[in-house]
Amino acid sequence: MRIAVFVKHVPDTAEADLVLSPDGRSVKTGGLPHQMNEWDRFALEEAVRFKEATGGSLTAFLLGPEEHEESLRRCLAMGADRAVRIWSGELAETNPGAAAALLAKAASSDAYDLYLSGAQSSDDGYGLVGSMVAEALNLPFAALVNKIEPSGGTLRITRELEGGFGEVLDVDLPAFLSIQTGINEPRYVSILGIKKARAKPIDLSSPADLGLSGAELSDAGKGLSVTGLSAPESSGRAEIWAGTMDEIAALFVKAVGEAGGGK
Amino acid sequence: MSVFVIAEPRAGELRPVTWELIAAGRALGLGPVTAVVPGGPGEASRLAETLKTDADNIIALEHGSLAGGSGGALADALAALIRERAPRVVLAAHSAAGMDFAPTVAARLGAPMVTDVLSVSFEGGSLSAVRTVYGGKLEAKVTLAPAPTVFATMRPGSVEKTESSSSAGVEIVPSGASGPFAKRFVELVKEAAGEVDITQADILVSVGRGIADKENIALAEDLAKALGATLSCSRPVVDLNWLPKDRQVGISGKTVKPKIYVAIGISGAFQHITAMKDSGLVIAVNKDHRAPIFGVADYGIVGDLFKVLPALTAAARAGI
Repeated sequence: MRIAVFVKHVPDTAEADLVLSPDGRSVKTGGLPHQMNEWDRFALEEAVRFKEATGGSLTAFLLGPEEHEESLRRCLAMGADRAVRIWSGELAETNPGAAAALLAKAASSDAYDLYLSGAQSSDDGYGLVGSMVAEALNLPFAALVNKIEPSGGTLRITRELEGGFGEVLDVDLPAFLSIQTGINEPRYVSILGIKKARAKPIDLSSPADLGLSGAELSDAGKGLSVTGLSAPESSGRAEIWAGTMDEIAALFVKAVGEAGGGK
Repeated sequence: MSVFVIAEPRAGELRPVTWELIAAGRALGLGPVTAVVPGGPGEASRLAETLKTDADNIIALEHGSLAGGSGGALADALAALIRERAPRVVLAAHSAAGMDFAPTVAARLGAPMVTDVLSVSFEGGSLSAVRTVYGGKLEAKVTLAPAPTVFATMRPGSVEKTESSSSAGVEIVPSGASGPFAKRFVELVKEAAGEVDITQADILVSVGRGIADKENIALAEDLAKALGATLSCSRPVVDLNWLPKDRQVGISGKTVKPKIYVAIGISGAFQHITAMKDSGLVIAVNKDHRAPIFGVADYGIVGDLFKVLPALTAAARAGI
């Protein structure tokens, strides 16, 4: 089976105070620690398992600058045969439409049987790029897949629905599936393993290499624009307890008691 | 100009988000709101009846391939309908279903699209929307390019449904999509109930990724025991196999409304908050003072949970 997986290298914003760019339309992520997007880690593990189970090949695609190559090295360390990074100096910010146009072009040069990506990314969280790539490549698309069972040239998949329900579907290959977290247990990759992957080459493609002109790229991305970022309205609602640990613990017990709890 | 709203059937009923979408569609002030109800023959029109006093128009989009409210042939059916009717704005839910069909429909029609929005408005010929980014730490204002048809998916629970008294007729439209379909609905399944029903607890002590390791959950269990509470968790803890799924509070887990909810090391992603925001008293412990959980908590403790938990447990045991 020929498998393609799409991964993104994203900032870890868990404990960061986010600083905005001068135009207020994006976040300065340069100084933040980065890692592979969590959903993509599950997609990558699923891709590797398919490669191991069926033989065949795995190609990983990433849209991003050189600083993001670590996520491609993780793909290679886990067993990807080929890694492709798409970027050019002119690509300042990417939006879903432009990203999908670039990734679809990069993946269109070869025919794959199965295309996988994470269901969304932890930065923008649109959940759009996968379906847009699928549509550009004329593939059936299914989102939030948490179970896959092969059955000949078809896959029986389960999509995760709300409240513990699942939707079971049969999908003909080739197909694009977006993967939900928890579908598998991503294997551990050692730092040494990722370092060893440095010996494997990463193919670099620019928009020009892919045959996408600046105008076409601009066109692909023009549908959606972020006009501003701000602190959420609901932020700062909680009354933050201050004082010594003992004082805070006392406030906690008091609040719980007043709400009808505790022993 | 018309607004189409895609109703969301599930297990024989329309999900509440359907009414939220209608309210949002009305608030755009663009014109009549048409609800599109997909389903099998007879099924779609039966479901459509439940919207007669809410929407201005209703289209029951029927085809065998749409039976069960499936995501199988839905994108194909909607693309054909929307291409023909050309509404100005299409609203769907940013739900498991909406994440599956809506982007495909928009992409197929070459229509601008934004997902997971909290609100929509129409200003100067363009659709604008507000959504969150970086796990809820920032809000983004987004504008879609002017186009004959644009799409937005809305986060369930963001918009209040409104009272209305329309008297819509139901137009039955056979789906314009023909098979064979590469994606085919088989069945709906439900997870087996686990051992614990966290929805019945008066007090929940809930752990998130911040607990860092499976072994550390014992610290939260100690607090739960001291409070007479039940242990629950957020999704990452289940994905990591630290606790079983029946403990999960979240859109894909359980929705809870205990008297008291203590969130330990939970950042507050919307999938979690949606499922516990109607709790009585919410107290959150997190070392990030900007964690979105503090937007829904009544009280917050900003600190290292490994120091905070034992202190809370000791105080609770002593009943101070």
